[in-house]
Amino acid sequence: MSDPEQAQEKLLSMVESLYDQFQEGIVPYLALPSRTKNNIEYDKDGEVWVYGDQKSLRSVKTIRGAKSLLRTSHLVELLIKEHLRHNRGSTLREIYYISENWDLAKFGEQGESDRLVEDLEIVTSLQREDFHVRPEEDGATVFGPLEIREQTRRGMRDIHCQEDVGEAGYQIPFNVDNIQFKDHDARLVLALETGGMYARLIENGFDQEYDVILVHLKGQPARSTRRMIRRLSLELGLPVAVFTDGDPWSYRIFASVAYGSIKSAHLSDYLVTPSAQFLGVQPTDIVDYDLSTDKLTDQDLHALRSELTDPRFETDYWKEQIKLQLDLKKKAEQQAFAGKGLDFVTKEYLPKRLSEMGLI
Amino acid sequence: MEIAEELAKQQRAISVAEFFEKNRQILGFDSAPRSLLTPVKEAVDNALDACEEMGILPDIFVQIGRRGELFHVVVEDNGPGIVTEEVPRVFAKLLYGSRFHVLKQSRGQQGIGISAGVLYSQLTTGKPTRVISKIGPGHKACRFQLMINTATNEPEILESVVQDWDRPHGTRVEMELEGSYVRSRRQSIYSYLKNVAIVNPHARITLKEPDGNVETFERATEKLPKPAYEIQPHPRGLELGGLIKMLRYTEKRKLSSFLKGTFSSIGTITAQELCDLAELDSNRPPSELTYREAQRLIEAFRKVRLKSPPTDCLSPIGEELIRMGLDKEYRVDFVATSTRSVSVYSGNPFLVEVGLAYGGELKSDGKVGVLRFANRVPLLYQQGGCGITHAIENVSWRTYSLSQPGGGIPTGPAGILVHVASTNIPFTSESKDAIADVPEIVSEVELGLKDVGRKLRRHLSRQNALSARREKEEIIRTLLPRIAEKLADLLDREKPDINPVVAKIMSSLLVKRKLVLENGQTLVTIEVANYTESARSFRLHEMLPLEATSVDPSARVVPIGDDYDHLWDISLKPGEARRLSYALPAEEARFSDLVVEGQPSDVVAGARTVET
Repeated sequence: MSDPEQAQEKLLSMVESLYDQFQEGIVPYLALPSRTKNNIEYDKDGEVWVYGDQKSLRSVKTIRGAKSLLRTSHLVELLIKEHLRHNRGSTLREIYYISENWDLAKFGEQGESDRLVEDLEIVTSLQREDFHVRPEEDGATVFGPLEIREQTRRGMRDIHCQEDVGEAGYQIPFNVDNIQFKDHDARLVLALETGGMYARLIENGFDQEYDVILVHLKGQPARSTRRMIRRLSLELGLPVAVFTDGDPWSYRIFASVAYGSIKSAHLSDYLVTPSAQFLGVQPTDIVDYDLSTDKLTDQDLHALRSELTDPRFETDYWKEQIKLQLDLKKKAEQQAFAGKGLDFVTKEYLPKRLSEMGLI
Repeated sequence: MEIAEELAKQQRAISVAEFFEKNRQILGFDSAPRSLLTPVKEAVDNALDACEEMGILPDIFVQIGRRGELFHVVVEDNGPGIVTEEVPRVFAKLLYGSRFHVLKQSRGQQGIGISAGVLYSQLTTGKPTRVISKIGPGHKACRFQLMINTATNEPEILESVVQDWDRPHGTRVEMELEGSYVRSRRQSIYSYLKNVAIVNPHARITLKEPDGNVETFERATEKLPKPAYEIQPHPRGLELGGLIKMLRYTEKRKLSSFLKGTFSSIGTITAQELCDLAELDSNRPPSELTYREAQRLIEAFRKVRLKSPPTDCLSPIGEELIRMGLDKEYRVDFVATSTRSVSVYSGNPFLVEVGLAYGGELKSDGKVGVLRFANRVPLLYQQGGCGITHAIENVSWRTYSLSQPGGGIPTGPAGILVHVASTNIPFTSESKDAIADVPEIVSEVELGLKDVGRKLRRHLSRQNALSARREKEEIIRTLLPRIAEKLADLLDREKPDINPVVAKIMSSLLVKRKLVLENGQTLVTIEVANYTESARSFRLHEMLPLEATSVDPSARVVPIGDDYDHLWDISLKPGEARRLSYALPAEEARFSDLVVEGQPSDVVAGARTVET
């Protein structure tokens, strides 16, 4: 986290460069790394995926570009004059509504304002929290032998993530850097895509039996969830396994935990857990356990094929799995194991798979 | 008896009428809707031809009525009428007509059409056709009931009466036949008459439909089309057999006068040239020429440079009327037309006209509509087998801004009209649905299509340039000043000068004056930059209250009233910039707008403009 002074300074230096372009008779533009699949590359030192050298220019030559620069200047004004100078903040959704007053510069949908906030992160090399911009609460949770200390508005709280929480677990705050890890008895972090599987493992006592911290990803994980996993991995030295459905969209969930996402590759150093391993459901599991399946839709097939060219899936393991699935033309959910009995996943599949992976 | 002798007993001539009785699809009586359309089409074609010959504006009335299972068809015109003796043969004898032996553009050609309708009517209902015709105000009308004797192809007159008729002149045909009436389809009586109206804007056509609804296609013009004159055959493309027949039966005594008198586009000099080329004596009687000599003459026709055939045998619609016709029927943004000059195939002169309508209410999904016309007659059937369609498919429409998925007919919000006029249209069949793939015609149609295609492309790129310009104006008018204002406000600085950026975005010629105060002197620099894409030459005027000093480069100074006009003549290549400077005593530094002379005002930024 940087202090408000520094954030302000960085925003203003961007404004100044635009101003100078006007003065020098240069058609004003902002150059941003283009955020496409073709422009992410592997950074060997950080073991994460970052943006490459391709830039997209946002110039006032076009209406789109001019509008975007006008929005940028409105947004910077909001961040400096409302947020940083008065120590206030807004959520991403609130920013979208605030823009209602910017007439020409109004955002068409929240996706546009979210992207612009990300752009500012990239230009200033800061994070949205530095501008006091919050995401909506997404309620992802943690359950397991872990004790944390959280800085809340009502003082410090010590919380044990098995004993002090309800059935649902401990809710991850949007600013994960406000918590400290006090103590733990865990061997392993297991990140789960679906709430159904998360609840099944808690009910079956899997966390206790194997000393596992369970993290519910809630689909495509929020930044705070990914930050949490990274900190668990780095600070506590725990291995991380990711257990999702067996379809192309779920592989992307794993990829965003382990390699970073295309949208936020500028924050890879902060959010990504390069040591995370994919547990399943693997296409080979579909065959080995004869799981009940659904047919791959056309979109599924398209997504799978596009993963074959995604640099994040460029390993022999993934190529083999994806090609197998393209042959099978089938996908399976995590819950498909329930077809073999409610205990099958905790008694048979996970122990076998985790020892295969050398994690227990 | 030998087999051959047996067979010989059964051999006998077949009457044309008998032949068509058994092969009626050839004449366009293959489906129920079409069987109703064909007689209407033939009667309307005849009416238009007749009116054109007489030089009057056609007024045609078509009525379709239901009589139980059958249809009752009436077609009445205000044409010149038909003399009493001719009426039975015109209506009740196949292959009887006035146009077959004439080299002149007309709708009817063979003399089959209407009599085939009479034949079809009598085949399906057993009833005769009624005809009334009157040739002028001083005459009585004649009324007939006619049938065709199919064995002899001769008319059978069931009734012939002379009577009064309240029309000054004209013809009315009435028949009953089997068929079915459709309205919605492209191939209906309604759309046929609508298309007739497009290419015959001088005609008024009224259609009374079976349900009593009356549609009138009004005249778009009172101007008659240029009449088509009869011509002599053009020698280009003439075939050997044809020439030999002409040589044998000509009344001319000498070869040279035969050539001059029989063909169009051949004068004394060309006739001599032809004889020389063919190594023939120009005084030889034509009928004595041998087969070999006729062959040499044909070759000479091909070698010698001939004038194009005279155009007055053809009556094009004209670009203006095509435009009006398309405009009248479709609300469109843009119409392009092209008229090719007269060409020849097999000795027949022909001419191609093309129209292309774009935008407006035309649908943008799906294939473009194609309107085909031959001698002003709409062609509704067999679009796929028509030379016009093939020409459209041969053109690469992507070049002209229309998409053409998978080749073939292009798609987009467009309509294509093609009219082929000729003294003899080469139809693929007697039902006159489609023009044959004659290479000369297909190639002329393609050239016409490419011409309107180029016009369309030009139109669309101009539209694009306009919208690009509008877009830039929006940026400059609304967005740029606000961005500049916000940036200045955030930095707490002066609002930046946006003119240089404006000039660059608008690709204009930028003129900018800067002032520096130094030792009681105002030092002035004028920057001139050419951001346009072409070289610009102009004269720059700076009006000052006194003559400036240290002027660089030097300026011409012209005193005007109390002031001094300083003039620089400047030429800048695209992207080039120049700096002018001078000095004034600070207390005299009063400025008016800089003036650029010799450039349009929309390319100049930062200065006023004046005309040269």
